[in-house]
Amino acid sequence: MRAITDSATMLRRQVTHIWRYPTLILTFVAVPVVFLLLFVYVLGGIMGAGIGGDRTAYAGYTTPGIMIMTIASAAQGTAISVAVDMTEGIVARFKTMAIARVSVLTGHVLGALVQNFIAITAVTLTALLIGFRPGASALDWLGVIGVLAMFAFAITWLSVALGMVTENVATASNLPAPLMLLPFLGSGVVPPESMPGPLRWFAEHQPFTPVIETLRALLAGQPAGASFAAAALWSAAIALGGYLWARRLYNRSG
Amino acid sequence: MRTSVSVTGLRKSYGAHRVLDGIDLTIPQGTVFSLLGPNGAGKTTTVQILSTLIKADAGEIRVAGHDLAEEPDEVRAAIGVTGQFSAVDSFLTGEENLRLVADLLHLGRTRGRARARELLERFDLTDAARKPAATYSGGMRRRLDLAMTLVGTPELIFLDEPTTGLDPRSRRTMWQIVRDLVQQDGVTIFLTTQYLEEADELSDHIALLSQGRLVAEGTPEELKRMVPGGHIVVRFADPDGYRRAVSHVGATSSNDAALTVQIPDPGGIRPLRQLLEWLDTHAIDVAELSVHTPDLDDVFLALTEEPSR
Repeated sequence: MRAITDSATMLRRQVTHIWRYPTLILTFVAVPVVFLLLFVYVLGGIMGAGIGGDRTAYAGYTTPGIMIMTIASAAQGTAISVAVDMTEGIVARFKTMAIARVSVLTGHVLGALVQNFIAITAVTLTALLIGFRPGASALDWLGVIGVLAMFAFAITWLSVALGMVTENVATASNLPAPLMLLPFLGSGVVPPESMPGPLRWFAEHQPFTPVIETLRALLAGQPAGASFAAAALWSAAIALGGYLWARRLYNRSG
Repeated sequence: MRTSVSVTGLRKSYGAHRVLDGIDLTIPQGTVFSLLGPNGAGKTTTVQILSTLIKADAGEIRVAGHDLAEEPDEVRAAIGVTGQFSAVDSFLTGEENLRLVADLLHLGRTRGRARARELLERFDLTDAARKPAATYSGGMRRRLDLAMTLVGTPELIFLDEPTTGLDPRSRRTMWQIVRDLVQQDGVTIFLTTQYLEEADELSDHIALLSQGRLVAEGTPEELKRMVPGGHIVVRFADPDGYRRAVSHVGATSSNDAALTVQIPDPGGIRPLRQLLEWLDTHAIDVAELSVHTPDLDDVFLALTEEPSR
């Protein structure tokens, strides 16, 4: 299959980029790691009391939220790297070659997944280092990886599209920024029950919350139940929407 | 001779703005064709359409033996494009860039590596092969760009302003490369440029594009014959001689400060001899005299208009 071999070639290109210029990925790892440390050490005492525990309990509560924040943070990197590609002549070369057209985009998506997992691994190791003690079994961990991959895949397709909306790299890098807010306006750092009415309604119904809840349950070694179904539906919808939008933007003429 | 590109009635508009307004072209295999025109004339749009990047609104187009609208992938397999914005990956090294293209063309590991090495050698990039393209000079980037285009041995290459922004030496290197491509590899070249000298140096055939239409077409010599741009420039040694001569020699323009006059030259020796004899009998000293044959600049200025703004 031409699409698969060409996507693999494009993935190799992205991995070389990550390998050669690690500063970009360091930036997008640093943001969630700093948030994790701030929340646990600065706010963790009070937050822990708020959820009926201590600082360590709060580290356990917020780690899934920070994992998802990492995906939002990496989305900015993806949008930038797509925008850079589209503004340089290289995309014209790819478009005038007899290759699988979609491989330019799938290469970015696969490369972004690699970046996401490097970043999430760094965040998870930091969490473990500062006292996060998950009760997940090996099978639960597999579930965690699966859910993270599913959601990262969806957000990545969305950010590939965002990277192509404008011709301007700086604008493209700002477009995914609101995604960074969604873990806050969900169950990422505090339980939505503690929020005022309309905000609470939003927090309980926006796509990030069921994903965070699923991870939280799996990491605690508990069944994820209904939140997993909602997380899967949202991820599928975002992935499909992002893919179709990205494909349309890529194929537009001019 | 086989036809490499044939275009009939090509039209393209962006909204109300008509960029290409009925272009007809025929380019035989193994020749250099130059599309010449001022900025905004539609040169890049033409290349983008012929190289499958954007779609034409109307027109019958065959490129490398395939219908452009029906078989874009067959066209893509036969062409190479080197644009005015270099299509290289700055983060990758020169060698990695070439290997990337080789992999996308499914050349296989051994052949891809050999082809990359051969092209690095040919374009004098072997020493820089392992450095990221971001560190390359403008001339090196263009050479790498063209090398990437050649990995798949295309039969038709589009060069969109290949020497814009290059220094004179790099420009000459590029010209030699283009000549070699045609002579050694039998490639057809579709060149766009705003440098008349470049078109004159390289082309078998030139078309002048102005405001979306082809206003003139032919060999460089045929085009030069289209405008009567020949003239003689005389610079006088002193103001007195200049004053006495200026009304008698049939000058079309004169410059009081520089003591120069410009006289139309119908060509041939006789008018020149008559002028010299006249100057001699009136004992007028001439500091400098030069004869200008029409060049493509004259053709360009005579036949193209600035787009109205």
